[in-house]
Amino acid sequence: MKSPVQAGSARKLRIGWFTFTCSEDSSIVLVELMNRHYFEWKDRIDFAHVRILKSNNDMKNLDVAFVEGAISGKRDEENLKKVRENCKRLVAIGACAVTGLPAGQRNSFSPDQMEKIRPFLKLHRLNEKVEPVKKCVHVDAEVPGCPMDEKMFLAVLDRYFAEFGVGTRNAKQETGNAPGAA
Amino acid sequence: MHNVDLDMTIGVENLSKIEGHAELEVKVNRGEVIDAKLVIDENKRFFVDSVMGKHALAVPQTVSRICGTCSVAHLLASIDAVEGAFGVEPSGQTINMRKLLMHGTYIRDHAMHLYLFCLPDYVGKDSVLDFDESQHELIHKAFDVKAAGNRLATMIGGRAVHSPLPLVGGFLKAPQQEEVKAVIGELKAARQAALEFVDVFAATEYKFKSETDFVSLTNDDYDYVSGDICGTDNGCILKTAFDHYLEHMVIPYSQARGFTYDGRPYMVGALARMNDNKESLAPETKKDVGKYLGRFPSFDVFDNNLAQAIEIVHGIDASVKLLETVEFKAEPVKKAEIKKGLGIGVVEAPRGILYYKLMTDDAGKVEFANLVIPTAQNQVKMEKDLGALVQEKLDARMKKDDIRRHMEVLIRAYDPCMSCATNFLKVKWTEG
Repeated sequence: MKSPVQAGSARKLRIGWFTFTCSEDSSIVLVELMNRHYFEWKDRIDFAHVRILKSNNDMKNLDVAFVEGAISGKRDEENLKKVRENCKRLVAIGACAVTGLPAGQRNSFSPDQMEKIRPFLKLHRLNEKVEPVKKCVHVDAEVPGCPMDEKMFLAVLDRYFAEFGVGTRNAKQETGNAPGAA
Repeated sequence: MHNVDLDMTIGVENLSKIEGHAELEVKVNRGEVIDAKLVIDENKRFFVDSVMGKHALAVPQTVSRICGTCSVAHLLASIDAVEGAFGVEPSGQTINMRKLLMHGTYIRDHAMHLYLFCLPDYVGKDSVLDFDESQHELIHKAFDVKAAGNRLATMIGGRAVHSPLPLVGGFLKAPQQEEVKAVIGELKAARQAALEFVDVFAATEYKFKSETDFVSLTNDDYDYVSGDICGTDNGCILKTAFDHYLEHMVIPYSQARGFTYDGRPYMVGALARMNDNKESLAPETKKDVGKYLGRFPSFDVFDNNLAQAIEIVHGIDASVKLLETVEFKAEPVKKAEIKKGLGIGVVEAPRGILYYKLMTDDAGKVEFANLVIPTAQNQVKMEKDLGALVQEKLDARMKKDDIRRHMEVLIRAYDPCMSCATNFLKVKWTEG
């Protein structure tokens, strides 16, 4: 792993944030983390694809893709594979992505319950079982929690800042926001 | 031969800056809009089926996971329903803490919607990430307000998303006096910024008037957990009677299930609350935003944003008053009597009325569950307005790309929540 480069580097971490079958609770935590990290992240992160924050999204050539949610259907699988092809590192975010639950509660439905929902599954190309992300593509790191654990997420982010040579923030730019927000 | 330019489909795939996944599709034939759809594009997670047969006491933390940003509303509505089924009467302190938890949720959630999703439209940017240095002060203020709401919700609920402390019968712990003082300070510090944003959302050039009925939970302190359900023109009903009114008119429209109230289409959310209940806002709020209150009742969908901006100020004022006057003390969680029962839970979620109906068997397990969520209630009107907006812009010869942008801005003003909607609406997927 490379050492962090020093302040003033123009290199930004090019990231994407993708959501699949879930409540998007970790997306909300990400947005809440911005209460105190917005200005730092703006200098260090290229938010190339974050649908909750922008319309002009580009998923090509990402350093890191953060994937929230379980994989429950054919289209989820296809889109997840596209994400994997376009990123160097992929991080599973939150309980649904890491374990498949609670989005996959139907995995433990009774035969009668499954019988009832099966026509719906077929109609909408949903799979018989809901799976965690690692069942479909290679995962480089996981941030568990429902919603995701904030400290673990920040630690993963720091790890990739270092790996991709993204410098620390210039001290004079540290204007900050309300402390302890998220 | 007809003019091909007047025969088209205007679509917006992967609608951005909303909660969840959705697409818009409007079909035009010979210059006339013939169909308008808001396509909910989320994979269903079968929450209603999942709670069947579960113990009712386990339901609140399960249904909290329906939605990240509305989780507190699902938690408190389902707790209300379970308490109804098991005959639990919450204490006065519990009711106050629930009011505070909702105020914190509203401040955080409205701030996200207004400042991060809508504000870029109002200042000509795609994203809050594109704001330049001259707009940094605005960003600081936005995050200060949002953080204050987060802190309030975290203090009361233990966490702002999927709060662990609220239970059937009370809270696992009461806030400590030092925390209360700190949160009062943060709320007061954010108030001026919240007021300035009211001016921003009042000054918009976006307008779209559409007459309808408005339905909301109405009470005398503009809280979100008590009161009766009232319509703008058709009186009030007890919350226990709500589904009776809805059962009369469940109309399939386009691809989605929609609702009418007492036989008529209606809208829920901040605009409905402000139209129906503005007199109950905190006195300090009424004093400082008084110049805008005359706009309500309003039929302008974009005034939903203004109403949310005012609710943020009200959330600050009402919370500060509660925090300064209520002395919180440790109290035991009331024990539920496990029995066969029927419970109705109703709260005002940030996006409108959220309704839970649960029936339990002798062992306390769920044998019937029904939910009515805000985005489902607004679905019929959203699609109707979408079609009318496109027709208006076509008649004014607006370019397709500009029409597309206006479609997005309109739907964003409704603040729809797809994570909630997908569990209870029929879903149409558009492939390719």
